Amino acid sequence: MSERIGMEIALAAAEAVALCRPDVIAAYPITPNTHIPEHLAEIVAEGHLDCEYLPVESEHSALSACVGASGAGARVFTASSSQGLLYMYEIVPVVPAMRLPVVMCLGNRAISGPINIWNDHSDIMTVRDLAWIALFAANGQETVDMCIQAFKIAEHADVNLPIFVNLDGFQLTHVVEAMMMPSQEEVDKFLPPRKPYAALHPDNVVSMGTLGLPDIYNEAKKAVDEVLINSKKVILEVWKEWETMFGRKYEPVMSYKANDADVLMLTMGSMGETAQVAIDELRKEGFKAGLLDLKLWRPFPADELKKALKGCKNLIVIDRALMHGAPAAPLCAEVKSVLYDEADRPVVTNEIIGLGGRDVRVEDFMKIFKKAAKAKPERAYEIYGVRG
Amino acid sequence: MTEKKWPETWQNVNPGLMILKPGSSRSYLTGGWRAQKPIWDNTKCIKCGVCYLFCPEACITEDAEGFFVADLNYCKGCGICYHECWPRAIKMVED
Repeated sequence: MSERIGMEIALAAAEAVALCRPDVIAAYPITPNTHIPEHLAEIVAEGHLDCEYLPVESEHSALSACVGASGAGARVFTASSSQGLLYMYEIVPVVPAMRLPVVMCLGNRAISGPINIWNDHSDIMTVRDLAWIALFAANGQETVDMCIQAFKIAEHADVNLPIFVNLDGFQLTHVVEAMMMPSQEEVDKFLPPRKPYAALHPDNVVSMGTLGLPDIYNEAKKAVDEVLINSKKVILEVWKEWETMFGRKYEPVMSYKANDADVLMLTMGSMGETAQVAIDELRKEGFKAGLLDLKLWRPFPADELKKALKGCKNLIVIDRALMHGAPAAPLCAEVKSVLYDEADRPVVTNEIIGLGGRDVRVEDFMKIFKKAAKAKPERAYEIYGVRG
Repeated sequence: MTEKKWPETWQNVNPGLMILKPGSSRSYLTGGWRAQKPIWDNTKCIKCGVCYLFCPEACITEDAEGFFVADLNYCKGCGICYHECWPRAIKMVED
């Protein structure tokens, strides 16, 4: 039976990962994900988890060790944030190309410069197109659930791709919440041991990470692209199974009071929770406001989003990252791209909010909403609340 | 010269471009990379084997009489044997 606990979310994420019985953890703690690998180190050191914990000298080494261990058939976990992720960048695209189901918790943090340790989504946006699956948690419960789901999705025979579980730095990592923590028996039932497609072993020699010359590179890339696109089927299956077993529902695009809404807001990560309160307040004031919250960032749930936006006349896309020199912020650019082929598309407002840990408050969302409900946007995107 | 070695379609690519059987480089013929090939003048060759030792492709072999030849299926025409051959028995010629 699951147990109701009150715990810091980073610690709960570590507890959830431990329930998945990883064979190897290689990580270099960096704010704000620090407590995840630290707590896992404690769990291993205290003998609660039979696992090789590698306290490596850098993030580049952390992910490299994960590649080797995953290649040897191990269940592998790592965690990082911001500059740490950038330091391991060289290895990041190699993991999906080698079809290794590494699970990484990304405690989302702004990237330098200026140097900043607080939350936004600029770190995940640097790695969004490298064929990793990416989930976004809105709260502690979703973080715990997604950490366990992640192994099942990544290691599925039709997937074998790495996966990011995104949890907002500080807003989630350092917040104490009440959560349902599944029991070891439940997780064992949900998550079978990993069965690798192939593993490095002297008795059965295989080569991994091979050279792809121009005569095969295209085919190799296309093969990974197809697997990522088709992984959505597995993600939906795993979420269905989770719902049956634990009663908590997950969908690529979650909706909140969206059915009869005149204006919809789209968010990712912990902002969804804040935005829900704003929607409630706006409803009290008589606005027909609704919310869409993206749980699945990669592969991008284009069909689900189109369905959720059917009939929508006015859409506000909230981004927590700036894409310098681009026509819009990352989420909005993708939403607009998805909507291009639709005959009936909404007016789209793009607000960038909460960069580098700037507070995102209920009244901010209400202000954004009221402005967008009244008039079309003047610019492709705005940085909300910027002084000057 | 170049043997068909890769899968025809993306559907047939091994996951992660893994090679599931060892020794695959033997079937990958690199001779097609070559612009020049080495020619031995056996009247000058003293059978020292320096060319054999230095060949980075390990494609030079000793024949029954103790002279050396390059396997042109693999020789990339790098010219290292020509450079190292101190009795000047090897010449590089256009292939």
